[in-house]
Amino acid sequence: MEPTTHAFPENARKALSDERLQKVLAIAPAGFVNRRKQAADRLPEFEALRDQGRDLKNHVLANLDTYLEAFESKVTEQGGHVHWCRTDQEARDAILGICRAANAKTVTKGKSMVSEEIGINDYLEANGLTPIETDLGEYIIQLRHEPPSHIIAPAFHLSKKDVEGTFRQAHTDLPPDRVLDDPKVLIAEARTVLRRKFQQADVGITGANLMIAETGSTVIVTNEGNGDLTQILPRVHVVIASIEKIVPTLEDAALVLRLLARSATGQEASAYTTFSTGPRRPGDLDGPEEFHVVLLDNGRSALLGTEFQEVLRCIRCGACMNHCPVYGAVGGHAYGWVYPGPIGSVIQPALLGVKEAGHLPNASTFCGRCEAVCPMRIPLPKMMRHWREKEFEEGLQPAAMRKGLGLWAWFARRPALYHAATRMAIRALGALGRGKGRFAALPLAQGWTKHRDMPAPEGKTFQQMWAEQKGKR
Amino acid sequence: MADTSSARAQILGGIRKALGSVEGSEDARKRLAVHPRNLVPARAQLQHADQVELFTRMATEVAATVERLPGLSDVPRAVAEYLAGLNLPAEIRVAPDADLDAIPWDQRPTLTVSKGRARDSDGASVTGAFAGVAETGSLMLLSGTERPTTLNFLPDTHIVVLKRSQVVGTMEDAWDRLRGLGVAGTMPRTVNFITGPSRTGDIEMRIELGAHGPRRLHILLVED
Amino acid sequence: MAEKRPAPRVGLFVTCLVDLFRPTVGFAAVKLLEDAGCTVEVPSAQTCCGQPAFNSGDRKTAQELARNTIAAFEGFDYVVVPSGSCGGQIKKHYPELLAEDPAWAARAQHLSARTYELVSFLADVLGVTDTGARYDGTITYHDSCSGLRELGVKEQPRRLLASVEGLTLNELPGAEVCCGFGGTFCVKYPDVSNRMVEAKTADIKGTQADTLLAGDMGCLLNMAGKLKREGSAIRVRHVAEVLAGVTDTPPIGEKG
Repeated sequence: MEPTTHAFPENARKALSDERLQKVLAIAPAGFVNRRKQAADRLPEFEALRDQGRDLKNHVLANLDTYLEAFESKVTEQGGHVHWCRTDQEARDAILGICRAANAKTVTKGKSMVSEEIGINDYLEANGLTPIETDLGEYIIQLRHEPPSHIIAPAFHLSKKDVEGTFRQAHTDLPPDRVLDDPKVLIAEARTVLRRKFQQADVGITGANLMIAETGSTVIVTNEGNGDLTQILPRVHVVIASIEKIVPTLEDAALVLRLLARSATGQEASAYTTFSTGPRRPGDLDGPEEFHVVLLDNGRSALLGTEFQEVLRCIRCGACMNHCPVYGAVGGHAYGWVYPGPIGSVIQPALLGVKEAGHLPNASTFCGRCEAVCPMRIPLPKMMRHWREKEFEEGLQPAAMRKGLGLWAWFARRPALYHAATRMAIRALGALGRGKGRFAALPLAQGWTKHRDMPAPEGKTFQQMWAEQKGKR
Repeated sequence: MADTSSARAQILGGIRKALGSVEGSEDARKRLAVHPRNLVPARAQLQHADQVELFTRMATEVAATVERLPGLSDVPRAVAEYLAGLNLPAEIRVAPDADLDAIPWDQRPTLTVSKGRARDSDGASVTGAFAGVAETGSLMLLSGTERPTTLNFLPDTHIVVLKRSQVVGTMEDAWDRLRGLGVAGTMPRTVNFITGPSRTGDIEMRIELGAHGPRRLHILLVED
Repeated sequence: MAEKRPAPRVGLFVTCLVDLFRPTVGFAAVKLLEDAGCTVEVPSAQTCCGQPAFNSGDRKTAQELARNTIAAFEGFDYVVVPSGSCGGQIKKHYPELLAEDPAWAARAQHLSARTYELVSFLADVLGVTDTGARYDGTITYHDSCSGLRELGVKEQPRRLLASVEGLTLNELPGAEVCCGFGGTFCVKYPDVSNRMVEAKTADIKGTQADTLLAGDMGCLLNMAGKLKREGSAIRVRHVAEVLAGVTDTPPIGEKG
C-alpha cells in the first residue's frame, strides 16, 4: 500500500469531518479502555508482569541472534522451513515462491499486520492468485478495498449498515431480498461464505504473535478461530513474522500471553491461543503437509543498538492507540499506512523514513497515556521526541516554527534581556486585550485563534511585579 | 525453493554487529535449556479441589458450559441430553482417541456416533483434552494421530471430555505435564488453548459467539 | 511545644506562562508557600525551562536552558513550580538531558531531587491539609498530563480543595484525558487539537460546575480560550488561586 503519511494534516482534516467515523470514535476506544482497566485491576500481579515483560523482551533483543538461530534449527528439525528476508520484496517473493511450488490458486489469510506491511495481498493478486482475508474485520475491509484502521479491530470504523452494504455488493449469489439487519446474521453469512473458501484454499497464511526459540513453534492468538481454520485446512501453512516476535521458552510465552489479551481486548485470555510446530506428523488425520516461516527483518535489525531499540519490544496489542487522544480524534487511516497510533508514530518513521512519516511523531501532545498502558513499557513519547531530534538535525521542520523557537531561545539564554523584552511585549499585549480579557484573533497566532480565543495577559510580568513589590517589602 | 542463506547471513551479521556478539550467548542457551518460570500469578496456586472450582468458574465466565459427571459411563447420556436440550441432531463426530474408548456409546443407540477427523457437515464433535487450565478456564488440546484438530474448529458444537485430574493451575503447569511425558511430550504439530466458544467483536464492537469456530463449547468434567 | 525548625528556603520557578500571562498564579503560589512557613525567593536569572526546545527536537538549546535554570536555582532547599509540565521538565528530563555531561549531570540530579510541583509540594512535603481559603462555587478539576503521569499529581489537589470552605467538587469524566494543548502541537495541528479541546469542554459543561480548575497554565489557556469562544460562562482559574483565596483578579480570559 502506497503510504500517505506525509499528508497527515490533510488526512486528519478529512477524518475530522467524517461524521460516521467521528460517531464510532466517540464510543469505541472508550470500550477498549474500560475493558483493559477491568482486566488489569482484576490481576494483582499485572504491573509486576509488565516489568517482567519489559525485561524479557530486553533480554531477547540483547540475544536476538542466538534465539533466532535456535528457533530456526528447531523448525528445521521438525520438518519445517525458515525463509530469511531482508526486505518486504524478499518476503513477497518468498511467499509467492511457496504458493507457486504448491500450485496454489486460492490462499486464505489470518490477520497479520506484517502481511499488511509487505502488501502481500496485492502482490499475490497481481500474480494471478486469490488471497482471501478470513478475520471478519479484515474480510470486510478487503471487500471494500480499504486498509485496516486499527491493528486489532480492522473494521472498527464501520457500522453494521456499512457491512450490510458491502455484503450485498459482494455476495451476489445470495438472494437480494434477504434480511441483513443484525450483526448475528451478518456474521453467519460471512461464516458460510468463508467456509467454502477455507475448503478451497491450497495455502493458508497466518502471522505470529510469538515465535518460540525453545520449540520452533509459532503462536497465534485469535477470537474467531479463523486463524486455526487457515492453518489446518490447506496443504501448506505459511507463517509471516518479523524477527522481534521471538521469545525464548514456553514459560516466556505464558508471560507475554498474560499481558497480551488483557492489554488488547481486556480478556483474560483470547478464545484461541494456538502453538504450531512443523507440518503434520506421520499418521495425523489433518493439519498442513508443509510448514514455512517467512522471517522478516525489513529495517528492524538496524534499530538494534540505537535509541529506537526499545520499540522492538512491541507485542502489537493496540493499547497505545486505544488510549491515544490523537488517535481518538482522527482514527487509524489518517496515519497513512499500516501502523497507526503512538506505536505507528514511532515505527513508521523507521520503516518509511522521517521524510515520509515525519508528521507522526510531531502529532502528539506527549500526554504520556500510551506509555502508561503499554504492557511492554515502551517509552513511546521519548521515542517520538527522538524522531523530532532527527528531524531537527536534518532541518526538516517548518521554517516558521524553527525561527520562532530559535528567537525565543536566544532571549531565554539572556535573562536580563529576556525580562526586559517580555515586559515590553506583555505591556503592549495587555493593553490591547484589556477591554475584553481575550483576543478573538491575533497576528502570528492564527493556529490558536482559528478555533479558540486567546486569553489576554494581565499586563505586567510576574518578574516585574515581584521586583516592584520587593522594593516595598 | 529460493535460497535465502545470504539474507540469513546478512540479517544475523547485522544483529551481531549491533549487539557486539560474536558466537551467540551462553546466557541465552542456558535459558533455553532451563526454561525458568517467570512470575506466576497467585490466582491459580491452589489446592486441586479449588483449582477445579476456579476452572469451572472461569470457563463459565467466557460462555462455555460445564457439566460434572461421576464417570465416563455417564458421557453418552449427558451428550444425548445436551444435544436434545438444544434441539440439535443426535449425531456426533468423535475423536478416535484411545482415552475415549471407555465411553460406552452403545448405551445410547439413538446417538449416531462416527469417528475420524471433522467433515464440513459435522454438527457436533466430542474430543478429549490434555489439560484444563484453571487460571483462565482454558482447555489444552494436542493434535496427534488420534486427535485431529479439525474437530476443535469445524463443528458448531464442540463437546470436550475433561477428567478432573487433568485440571491444572496454570499454563506453566500444563507445559510441565507435557514435558513430563518425555519423548512423547515433544511439541505436537498443534497445541490449542481454547477459552470459550468462538467469538468476534468486529461489527460495532458487539461480542457475538460463533464467528468461524464453534458457537458452543460444552465441557464434561468427569470424576476419575 | 514542638521544636521550631528553620523555615525552608524555597526558590519559585515561575514558568513562562505564569510570568507573562498570569502573574496572579505566582503571587498565589508565594502566599501558599509563605503561609505554610517557607521563605520564598524568585531568582531573576530564571527564564524558560527549555521544554519547547526539548520537545521540538532541539536538544542543544534545551541543554543550554537547563544549565541556566540549574545555575539560577543552586542553593535552595526546594524549588517549587506552579506547573506539572515545567516541573516535569526539571524533575524528569533534566537528569536525562544532561546525563552525559560530566560537569552538569550531578547538578541536574541534585536540582531534580529538590524540585516539586506546587500542590504536591504543599500536600506531600509540607503536610498542608487546609489552606484556610473560601470559594463559593461548584468546581471541576482537569488533571494536566505531565503533572499526573510524570509527577503523580492526582489526589493532592483534590485533598486540599476539599478543605476549601464553600467549595463543591464535581468530578470531570475523562479528567485524565489530554485537553489537546501539547505546547506547539496546538498550533502545528490546530484541527486535531480543536477536536480534543472540544471534547474536553463538552465534558466540562456536562459537570454543571461553574468553575474549572487545573494546575497548568498551558492547559488552562487552551480550555479557557475554547470555553470563551463557545460563549460559556464557566470561570477558569489555576488551582493555586482558589487554594490561596486569591480570586480578585478576573478569571482567565475575562475582562476586569
